[in-house]
Amino acid sequence: MASLIGFYSLVLGVIISFIITFFSVKNFKEPIVFDKKIIHFSFLQFFLVLISFLGLIVSFVNSDFSNETVFNNSHTTKPLFYKITGTWGNHEGSLLLWLLVLTLFAVLFIIKSNKQPTRYRILTLLFQQLIILGFFIFVLKTSSPFNYIYPVPNEGLGLNPILQDPALAIHPPILYLGYVGSSIIFSSTLAAVVLNYISKEWASHIKDWVIISWIFLTLGILLGSIWAYYELGWGGFWFWDPVENVSLMPWLALTTLIHCILVLEKRLLLTSWVVILSISTFTLSMCGTFLVRSGILNSVHTFANDPERGLFILIFLFSLIFMSLFVFFFFYRENDKTDYSIFFLSKETSIIVNNWFMMYFLSVVLIGTTYPIFLEVISSEKISVGPPFYNKLIAPFLIPFLFFMAIGPKLKWVKSDLSDKIYLILFLIISLFLSIFIVQNFKIEFLLNTILITFAFYLFFITVRDFVSKKYKNLSQNLAHFGFSLFILSILFNNIFATEVITNLKVGDTFKTEKFNINFESLSQKNKQNYKSIVGKLIIENSKGSIEVMEPELRIYNQPNISTSEADIKTGFLNDKFMTINIVQNQEYFNVRYQIKPFMIWIWFSILLITSGGLISMLKKKYEN
Amino acid sequence: MYGRKVKLRFFFVISILIVLILSVSLILKSLEENVVYFQSPSEIKNFAELKKKKIRIGGMVKKNSISADSNEISFIITDFKNEINVSYNGVLPNLFEEGKGVVAEGFLKDRNYFLASKILAKHDENYMPPEVKAALEEK
Repeated sequence: MASLIGFYSLVLGVIISFIITFFSVKNFKEPIVFDKKIIHFSFLQFFLVLISFLGLIVSFVNSDFSNETVFNNSHTTKPLFYKITGTWGNHEGSLLLWLLVLTLFAVLFIIKSNKQPTRYRILTLLFQQLIILGFFIFVLKTSSPFNYIYPVPNEGLGLNPILQDPALAIHPPILYLGYVGSSIIFSSTLAAVVLNYISKEWASHIKDWVIISWIFLTLGILLGSIWAYYELGWGGFWFWDPVENVSLMPWLALTTLIHCILVLEKRLLLTSWVVILSISTFTLSMCGTFLVRSGILNSVHTFANDPERGLFILIFLFSLIFMSLFVFFFFYRENDKTDYSIFFLSKETSIIVNNWFMMYFLSVVLIGTTYPIFLEVISSEKISVGPPFYNKLIAPFLIPFLFFMAIGPKLKWVKSDLSDKIYLILFLIISLFLSIFIVQNFKIEFLLNTILITFAFYLFFITVRDFVSKKYKNLSQNLAHFGFSLFILSILFNNIFATEVITNLKVGDTFKTEKFNINFESLSQKNKQNYKSIVGKLIIENSKGSIEVMEPELRIYNQPNISTSEADIKTGFLNDKFMTINIVQNQEYFNVRYQIKPFMIWIWFSILLITSGGLISMLKKKYEN
Repeated sequence: MYGRKVKLRFFFVISILIVLILSVSLILKSLEENVVYFQSPSEIKNFAELKKKKIRIGGMVKKNSISADSNEISFIITDFKNEINVSYNGVLPNLFEEGKGVVAEGFLKDRNYFLASKILAKHDENYMPPEVKAALEEK
């Protein structure tokens, strides 16, 4: 029943889509007042998709196995929470969520844009409606979440156990708010280009949307990263896995966009940059969906390998790109009010320089992610690109990047000089000595690490000084840049100071190293709602005599029959202690991994700081108004 | 003479081009150095000479081939035509089982012996790495 309601409200939604398009075109030709009908129908469309989405949730909660999506992804013994979150833990449901967020943003845009020119509002909604329509057809044609199965099965196939996790339950909705948020940036940029409306006012209006999407995208990536850290048991926070890269690319474009918008708002420069970045952010978000959903990338997120879906998204994607390029080349006009004077030492220059670095990072990630796909298509040679590629190409260029991040905000718009800033040099010297002091005690590659740590400290000190100094004007920028310096420092120390032991132990065995002993004391078993839990008790005694008890867990799920390792993590202020165990089949041995990861919590915390920088800049604007 | 603006644009375009060419060639060069090729046990048997580069081997874990001691885990990867002995000391993924697909990354010691530094995890019980599937279909 719920599935049926869901299906029909989805079909009604498509019809509404055509109606909105019709009224928008009509209203655009005679833009005297903004047609109320567009508003009403947009709201109606949002509610219809919402009902459809709720219908799917109800089917999941009731374990209605006549619905194919529910049958494929749920099970009666699954806890209620994961029945609900299972709704978007699969291909069909997550696309319905995309659609829901798309229509939500259309409605939000109507509410928030009432001070904007009528024709601009209509055109933005028209472009947005085009995207919505495309997704409607995609959902209904290739991946309807409401397919009916007969005869009705008694039991479902269950949700992949590694997705049964609180962090991953909210990861997709938050990530999608970021991904799909970029759709409204895309639509309004195209509308502004067509109407030649790109101005300082437009920049300050679109800035909010950019920052909101950016905040959600950042938080979404953070959640996924934390999840991978404790659930996949890889013991790190970023693996340069194609699926991670796919979310990093729009993030890089969006971060660049935020900075360009600032220049646009103040100086009316970089307009074409802003347009290109808006288009690429959304295109990259779509690419992400395409690569993940089409089954081209193989990973946890790939639910089904359906070439038809991939083909549809690919065609849809190319028509969007083609449309935006058409709009850009035929309608884009340089603004004649622009004052082009740029001097070498100015805020604009440093932002532009760092934009170029961001574009470089973006292309490294893009090439590393897509090259294996192209190579396989062309030569059927199968390859993979691993972390060394990214580290090697990105790490050295972080050095000038950090430097410009430190210096840039000190400079003034248009023209500036650095004569009275002796402390800038002083800080550099202090950072250099501090860095040499740290690095020389460890056997690591000296030059690159020293310079990298120096400039990370440099940014750190300069941003800290700005918090204290009375002259700082821009708290959000300061906080975000400070967060970034902390982030880079944490990553570097996390890499340099990490300790890892991997060994195979039987119950009762002791593993000895110079610094500590690991004693596998016992093993206990418990039956839970939908899995069997095996908990090991391992005692770590270090040379000073202090004792830590670690209790890593193995879960063997009933449906589907998969085991997962639940790491035991003791999070501390300075380091995390991390342990996983795994069965070696037909052997008495357990595969044990023990890691001491320094500054883990600081990595998460620094990303939150960066995000709060964005949040503050939005709140500040509200407050000033 | 051209105006200042035109000159400026000219230098701008030229510098962008140079930067673009440099960065693309840098990326491609390190791509060449850092890619890891995928091979099946049969392909390794047919190698004219052994490569010293890191590679990936994919296939099935042979039945009753897993053995372990405190240092390492050894097993046999097979594509049902040829097989190769693998020894590994590192973290095992949850779905490492006999009769299931596996991808190991590491270095070849000789034509019959592989030192793995990483075993790749796939999180679906029905999952078979596409490389393995292709290797199995070829036979």
